[in-house]
Amino acid sequence: MPETLLSVENLSTVFALRGRSLFSKSVELKAVSDVSFNLDEGETLGIVGESGCGKSTLGRSILRLIEPTGGRIVWQGRNLAELSNGEMRKARRDLSIIFQDPVASLDPRMNVGQIIAEPLKVAEPSLGRRDRRRRVETVMEEVGLAPEMINRYPHEFSGGQAQRIGIARAIVTEPKLIVCDEPVSALDVSIQAQIVNLLKALKERMGLTLIFISHDLSVVRLVSDRILVLYLGRIVEIGPRREVFQNPGHPYTKALLSAAPIPDPAIARSREKTALKGDPPSPINPPSGCAFRTRCPIARDVCAEELPPLAEVGAAHRAACLFSQEVRSEPALQG
Amino acid sequence: MVTPDTSPLLALSDYTIRFATPDGTVKAVSGLDLTVARGETVAVVGESGSGKSQTFNGVFGLLAGNAETGGQALFEGRDLLTLKPSQLDAVRGDDMAMVFQDPMTALNPAMKIKHQLSETLTVHKGLKRRAAEAEALNMLKKVGIPEAERRIEQYPHELSGGMRQRIVIAMALLCRPKLIVADEPTTALDVTIQAQILDLFRDLTADAGTALVLITHDLGVVAGIADKVVVMYAGRIVEEAPVDALFAKPAMPYTAALIRSIPRVDRDAEAVEPIGGRPPDLVNPPAGCPFHPRCHFAEDKCRQERPLLEAVGPGRRAACWFPYVDAGVTHHQTEPASA
Repeated sequence: MPETLLSVENLSTVFALRGRSLFSKSVELKAVSDVSFNLDEGETLGIVGESGCGKSTLGRSILRLIEPTGGRIVWQGRNLAELSNGEMRKARRDLSIIFQDPVASLDPRMNVGQIIAEPLKVAEPSLGRRDRRRRVETVMEEVGLAPEMINRYPHEFSGGQAQRIGIARAIVTEPKLIVCDEPVSALDVSIQAQIVNLLKALKERMGLTLIFISHDLSVVRLVSDRILVLYLGRIVEIGPRREVFQNPGHPYTKALLSAAPIPDPAIARSREKTALKGDPPSPINPPSGCAFRTRCPIARDVCAEELPPLAEVGAAHRAACLFSQEVRSEPALQG
Repeated sequence: MVTPDTSPLLALSDYTIRFATPDGTVKAVSGLDLTVARGETVAVVGESGSGKSQTFNGVFGLLAGNAETGGQALFEGRDLLTLKPSQLDAVRGDDMAMVFQDPMTALNPAMKIKHQLSETLTVHKGLKRRAAEAEALNMLKKVGIPEAERRIEQYPHELSGGMRQRIVIAMALLCRPKLIVADEPTTALDVTIQAQILDLFRDLTADAGTALVLITHDLGVVAGIADKVVVMYAGRIVEEAPVDALFAKPAMPYTAALIRSIPRVDRDAEAVEPIGGRPPDLVNPPAGCPFHPRCHFAEDKCRQERPLLEAVGPGRRAACWFPYVDAGVTHHQTEPASA
C-alpha cells in the first residue's frame, strides 16, 4: 500500500470582492468550496475544469501561495494551514510549483543559474557557492539544458526551454510534491510532448508526487493516475483515470470529454456537436442545488433543490450527481 | 443550382516574405504555392515560426514595416500585393476577413459591441445606422450569443473570452465575405468553448459557402473540420493533402511526427513521441531539406539538396526525397528506434 502523502480536508478559499459602490457590502467569491481528497506518494492527480473553476486557486491554496480560508491541509502529519511563516518556509523545500507561462514566470534580470539557485538559497542556506553551482548544473542536465547556458538570460530561450528552466527551479530542492499549473498549455503541441515526457521521467527518477492542473484532457489522460474534476470550485467527480475517462459518473465530465478534439478525421466528424452550451455561471452567485444544472443536458427540477453529495459510483470513484447511473449507462468516448 | 466557379478564390504563387533585421534577412516565407477554392476549409498547420501566420498577414497587408513581399497573391484574379491601400481596404472586410487568436486585440475596448459591428456595415456596405444595427443583432444571434439584445449594448470587457471570440467572428461574417482567415481562433479558449467555436465555423461555412483558412499549431483541432491540410515548416509548404489521407498516411516524416506528438483523449497511453530539436533559424536555414536535422530518416541527399514540393498522389503534394507513396516502401510508418 502506498502511503498517503497529502490529505486535503474540506478546503475552502473565499475571496472578498469590493462591492460596486463605496458603501455597498463586499461580495464573496467562493473560488474553492469544501474540497477533500487524499494523495498517495508517487501518484499523479490530474485536476481539470474550465477557466474560473478554481483549479489554479486550489493548487495554490494547497501550497499556501494563496491563503485558504477554511479546512486542513495535512502534510506529513502536520496541518500546513496552521504553520507559522517560518515553519512554512521550511516545509516549502518539499513543496514546489511549475507555472503556465514559462517566460513570464522567470525574472528577466536574473540569469539561469541565479533563477534555479533561488529556492536552494532559502532551503539550504548553509550550502556553499560552489556546491550550489554544482547542484544547479546537475538539475540543468536532468531537465535537458546544457550547463553552459548557466549564465544566459530568460529572453534568450524559447518557450519550451524556458519551461525546462522552470522545472529545474522546481526540482532543485529535491521536493516531494510538485503542483504543475498548466505547465504545457502555452507551448506548441510538438514541444508539449517533450515537456510532458520530461515530467514523467523526472517523476519516476525522483519518486515525485504530482498535482497536474490542466484544461486539456488529453494531456491529463497521458500523465495522471487519478482525475479530479472541478466545477465552480467544487469536486464533481474524482476517480481512477481509466474509470473517469471511459465511464464518467458526472454529466459535466462527459461534456468535457465530448468537447476534447480527437486527431482522427472520421471520428471527429462523426461526433455529435458538443452538448455544453455557453460559459460557466458566475462563481459570485452560483445556481442553487447542483451548480452544473444550468448547462446540464439531463437536469431535472430536483437538481435545483439540493447539492448532490459526492457519492461512490465505482471502486475509488465518486461523482456528485443524482443521476450518475444514467450518465454511466452510455460510454463517453469511442475506443 | 448556379454553375460552380472553379477558379481558385485565393492563389498564392511563388509567394515570399522577407524581413530585414539587424541579425540578417529572415526568410519567413519562401516560394509558397497555395490555393484556396471557393467554400473550401483549409487548415494551415505548423510550429511557432513556421511562417503560417505571416503568410496570411501578408495577404491582408498586415506585415511589419521591415517586411518585403514577392511573388503573387491573387484574390479572384487580382494581385493583393500590388493593390493601393485604399483598394486593399475595400477587399478587406468586404470580401475577406480575419479572426485573430486574442479577441481583445481585435475589439475596441472603448466602443460598445453595437457600434463596432454596425461600423463595418456602414463603411463597407453603405447601410444606414438603424439597418446596420438590426443586421448586427441578427448576426449576434446567428453566432449563438445568448441575450443578444443585452450583449450588443455592452463593452468588450463585460464579456467572456468565448463570447468575445464569437463577436469577432460575427464581425468577420457581417459583410458576407468569401474568405475568412482565422489565426489560432481557439487557442486561448477552454476546450468546451473551442468545441462550440469550431461547431460554429462548420455551420457558418456550410450555410454561406464561405471559404475558411484555419491557422493552427494543433493538428488535432482541425481533423473534424478541414477539407485540406497544408503543413508548413521553415517558411515552406512541406505537405498538402486531403484531411483523411493526411492523417491516414502522412507522406512526409514531419507530418507523421506532428501526428504522433498529439496526446489522445480517447486512448490510454504512457507516452507521446515528441519531435526532438527545434525549428531552424530562418536567417541561416540549413542546407538541403529544412527538416533534415530533426528527421529520423535523413540521408546524405537530404542534407545536400532541398526537395521540391511535388505531387505524390491525388490532391497530394510533399517535399521529401523519400515520401511515403501507396505502392512503395513506407519507411515513415515504421516507428523510429528512439527519440
